[in-house]
Amino acid sequence: MKKWLRNWRLFSLFSVMALLLAGCGKPFLSTLQPAGEVADMQYSLMLLSTAIMVLVIVVVTIIFVYVVIRFRQRKGEENKIPKQVEGSHKLEIIWTVIPIILLLILAVPTVSATFKLADVKPMNKEKRDKDTLVVNVRANLYWWEFEYPDYGVITSQDLVVPTNERVYFNLKASDVKHSFWIPAVGGKMDTNTENKNQFWLEFDQKAADKAGGVFYGKCAELCGPSHALMDFKVKAVPRKEFDQWIEKMKNAKPVVTDPVAKQGEAIFNKSCIGCHAVTPVDKRPEQARTAPNLANFGDRERIAGILDHNEENLKKWLRNPESVKPGNKMTGTYGKLTEEQINALAKYLMSLKVE
Amino acid sequence: MQVEEKLTAETFPSSPERATLEGKNKFIGFWLFLGGETVLFASLFATYLALKDKTAGGPSADELFQMPLVFVATMLLLTSSLTSVYAIYHMKNFDFKKMMLWFGITVLLGAGFLGLEIYEFNEYVHEGHVFTKSAFASAFYTLVGTHGSHVAFGLSWILTLMIRNAKRGLNLYNAPKFYVASLYWHFIDVVWVFIFTVVYLMGMVG
Amino acid sequence: MSTLARKKGVGAVIWDYLTTVDHKKIAHLYLIAGGLFFIMGGIEALLIRIQLAKPNNDFLVGGLYNQVLTMHGTTMIFLAAMPLVFAMMNAVVPIQIGARDVAFPFLNALGFWLFFFGGLFLNCSWFLGGAPDAGWTSYASLSLESKATHGIDFYVLGLQISGFGTIMGGINFLVTIINMRAPGMTYMRMPMFVWATFVTSALILFAFPPLTVGFIFMMMDRLFGGNFFNPAAGGNTIIWEHLFWIFGHPEVYILVLPAFGIFSEIFATFSKKRLFGYSSMVFATVLIGFLGFMVWAHHMFTTGMGPVANAIFAVATMAIAVPTGIKIFNWLFTMWGGNIRFTTPMHYAVAFIPSFVMGGVTGVMNAAAAADYQYHDSYFVVAHFHYVIVGGVVFALLAGSHYWWPKMFGKMLNETLGKITFWLFFIGFHLTFFIQHFLGLMGMPRRVFTYLPNQGWETGNLISTIGAFFMAAATVILLINIVITTVKGEKAEADAWGDGRTLEWAVSSPPPVYNFAQTPLVRGLDAYWIEKMEGKKELTPAEPLGDIHMPNSSFLPFIISFGLFVAAFGFTYHNDHSWGLPVGIIGLLITFGSMFLRSVIDDHGFHIHKEEVLELEKKGAKA
Repeated sequence: MKKWLRNWRLFSLFSVMALLLAGCGKPFLSTLQPAGEVADMQYSLMLLSTAIMVLVIVVVTIIFVYVVIRFRQRKGEENKIPKQVEGSHKLEIIWTVIPIILLLILAVPTVSATFKLADVKPMNKEKRDKDTLVVNVRANLYWWEFEYPDYGVITSQDLVVPTNERVYFNLKASDVKHSFWIPAVGGKMDTNTENKNQFWLEFDQKAADKAGGVFYGKCAELCGPSHALMDFKVKAVPRKEFDQWIEKMKNAKPVVTDPVAKQGEAIFNKSCIGCHAVTPVDKRPEQARTAPNLANFGDRERIAGILDHNEENLKKWLRNPESVKPGNKMTGTYGKLTEEQINALAKYLMSLKVE
Repeated sequence: MQVEEKLTAETFPSSPERATLEGKNKFIGFWLFLGGETVLFASLFATYLALKDKTAGGPSADELFQMPLVFVATMLLLTSSLTSVYAIYHMKNFDFKKMMLWFGITVLLGAGFLGLEIYEFNEYVHEGHVFTKSAFASAFYTLVGTHGSHVAFGLSWILTLMIRNAKRGLNLYNAPKFYVASLYWHFIDVVWVFIFTVVYLMGMVG
Repeated sequence: MSTLARKKGVGAVIWDYLTTVDHKKIAHLYLIAGGLFFIMGGIEALLIRIQLAKPNNDFLVGGLYNQVLTMHGTTMIFLAAMPLVFAMMNAVVPIQIGARDVAFPFLNALGFWLFFFGGLFLNCSWFLGGAPDAGWTSYASLSLESKATHGIDFYVLGLQISGFGTIMGGINFLVTIINMRAPGMTYMRMPMFVWATFVTSALILFAFPPLTVGFIFMMMDRLFGGNFFNPAAGGNTIIWEHLFWIFGHPEVYILVLPAFGIFSEIFATFSKKRLFGYSSMVFATVLIGFLGFMVWAHHMFTTGMGPVANAIFAVATMAIAVPTGIKIFNWLFTMWGGNIRFTTPMHYAVAFIPSFVMGGVTGVMNAAAAADYQYHDSYFVVAHFHYVIVGGVVFALLAGSHYWWPKMFGKMLNETLGKITFWLFFIGFHLTFFIQHFLGLMGMPRRVFTYLPNQGWETGNLISTIGAFFMAAATVILLINIVITTVKGEKAEADAWGDGRTLEWAVSSPPPVYNFAQTPLVRGLDAYWIEKMEGKKELTPAEPLGDIHMPNSSFLPFIISFGLFVAAFGFTYHNDHSWGLPVGIIGLLITFGSMFLRSVIDDHGFHIHKEEVLELEKKGAKA
């Protein structure tokens, strides 16, 4: 008896703790703080299903606790043989029909939401509205490429999107399967190696403000040693700001004034340019774009998607990428750099800005 | 009935394959096994259908297939199924010699089929349709090859049974063995009917 | 034949187990091998939890972490849960239906050795370059990319070999249950565990071939230049996902239905009541098995199958909750009005209800496709399936081990230690996995080897890691319990718990090699209980005492499996070394050669004579 009580106390302790934790997910990352139409829809579905399921749990728990306490063996009754009941048709029908009703209540909004979330008709190329934003997402081993096909602009790692409108995505992978997920803004969609997936998201301005303007994006499908480090960032800005940004991107070219950075440029053009482009307009086919576009590297949120954005970390990354992201494709593609060269490169890269 | 019992044409049961518990077990077990095999081939067929047009620049189905050859092979295999029915018919009648004769014909026909298939594959390879060429080629050879290896296994199984029991005659110990071997042979035949339809006929019409 | 009674040396015992075809000894083998793999999988789980205890930890990073993660999942599903389920089935199903053995004792042994050598082969990868690292689902694009080591080849060939063994086990139990039931044991008088085994075996028979085909494709692509999954040559990796999950989803029911069966036995026994709603329980079991094949694509909601497929699979998946709910309520009402004895197995059974309900309801939440886009591949899913697999299957296996231990080994496990094990495991389990639901909802993807600070995941992960150590402690105490019991446990009676209802409790613990001196006559559900209630001590025999026919032991199953083990090595290395191909062929020759021997050498078995049976029975009664 005592054991059971203790057990239940533990149980309720966990529940309370869990509730507390639920409140403290981060606004830039948590599905429990939905930041857009898609996440909202999914969140309300979660709430509905949770409510139904809690109801089920409560009913089961009440019967369970009653049975376990009431019908436990008492002293002196060790040999009592209870009545051997065969079953009850009435009860069987009750606990068949009620769950079916509960499931129907859940099934209807589920099906409806599933179809709504799959509505990508507006991104159809022929009929596309000129304001409809389409982004081509290409997932690569541990980095993300974002192409704005209507503007001829390519960027990497930091996705920039306008708020309060539906943004449509074409998703694919160039090496192995990945999955594109911005938890706070909406559920994920896989990037496959053989076909293009499509879906849409909407980024809410208020939620973006609360999240500090930047949402966290994740790769959700095991893709190799650095799967855990395949993060990206989403800068959600008002439409006007977005338009300005895309204008700047269209015309961006590296402007190097600093002499050290100039040295860096020379090294870059010798060793890195084969894979990395430094202008957002990159006409090469995607197979040739084997590394992230660095045109606005200086504006990025993170180094290599994970480290704080400063020169020290950039140097660390350049010195030995393997120590930061095991299994990445940059390791070993360039010779050993001297400390001086690394300094110059870092200066140069940090100077690549459009903002 | 006991397994070791010496039997005559009069005492031999009408379903010798199910006269003993061991026989009954084999009978049901083998049917179930064929159920699993069906799922196996269904998966292979589904994959083949998904990949049959993915030739990646290699030869396609309608360029490759030589219908006369495949038709002859099909006839051989279908006939062998019929001859194995005769064999089992004679087994049930306790006519060991005739059973052996018909099984012998079955094996010959099956070997003919296998020979034609090997010849066919060899032709394809010379036309550049190699296993590593495309997804279509991989799916084709895996599906048809899995069937072919079943034929080879079935042949050696029936042959082994025939040689092993050549001098012993029929009894309740080996009757179920002959019976399931013939079941296996029928199954192979049915699978081939599907291969003929799905791979060859559908391949010809595109 | 009188060797049966003689005392044997160690070498003889080992030889006995290597060649045995007795289902009870094969159950021991499955239990020991499955238990060892369970411990290995558990250690791997601990390593994972240690690495994730704090952000940016460097205990186990990158590729090595992925190997441990892959092996944890693969080992637990294929090499621990499956064989342990088979251990339970082998130990009791033949006895529960009043049979002397399974339908195909030789195949039974072969099934075990195939599983064993498959598992051994898979684990050899640790010492030969590296283990597989593409997750237990081994999605095709990643597993083809993973070419630095032969890890994935070990995965494919190892599981292929053990999969053959599993299919054989499935067929064997189907035929056993169809053909070998004692007189009077109609289908609707079979114990629930037998029903569960029956449906599970059917699932195995139809679910494993697609996996076999998937493995064939993967093997072709990796080792023989195939192009099934190579998009450049027209291949398609989604085919792997479908094949894997057409197997993978029924696999969940393959594991959990026997768990349901075990708990049904335990609930009835320790409530001293017959199972409530037996026929609807049978119906629910069959329905779950059937629906289990209709829902595989709910693992692929985010693959991009389109809204129609997603909606259909979502609704089909929700439907499974209905028969599962029926079962939960029937168990509750089995206890209702009963006289519940809280033995160790009953602790697990009782704790199973809330734990499994948790896993079930999160399953329904996952079924809601639109919402699943958020849950999919996050820690929410990790929490969900651990609630189902640990809260359902592992609880059942622990319960079943305690419950049938006396029947399998003739000694009672210590109850106090058993209860300590239970409480540690129970608390540890909820501590580890409950919090993971919230980690997932807070945006933590699964299969990450590390995470950055300041994402709100620190506390949850730490709690989870602490929980894992509770479960580890529980396992250690269980092992201590087993050692103590083996050395000086109290001898178990035939009806070891005093409340047995089914036939296995009517025969001595452990049962004689032939199980029943006389095949019993079954007069209803809970056959032994019926006899006891009429004041009888023994079963009503259905035949006079006579000679008992037994199958011969054989070393061939071991050799057949060993041949495949050798062949797998050969083919794994055939692209790197010239010895690869010949070794592969030699291995296949060993296998097919022994199969040929099996085919041409007559095996009629032997008889234990009536007098010997009488003598053995007298001894059994005395002991």
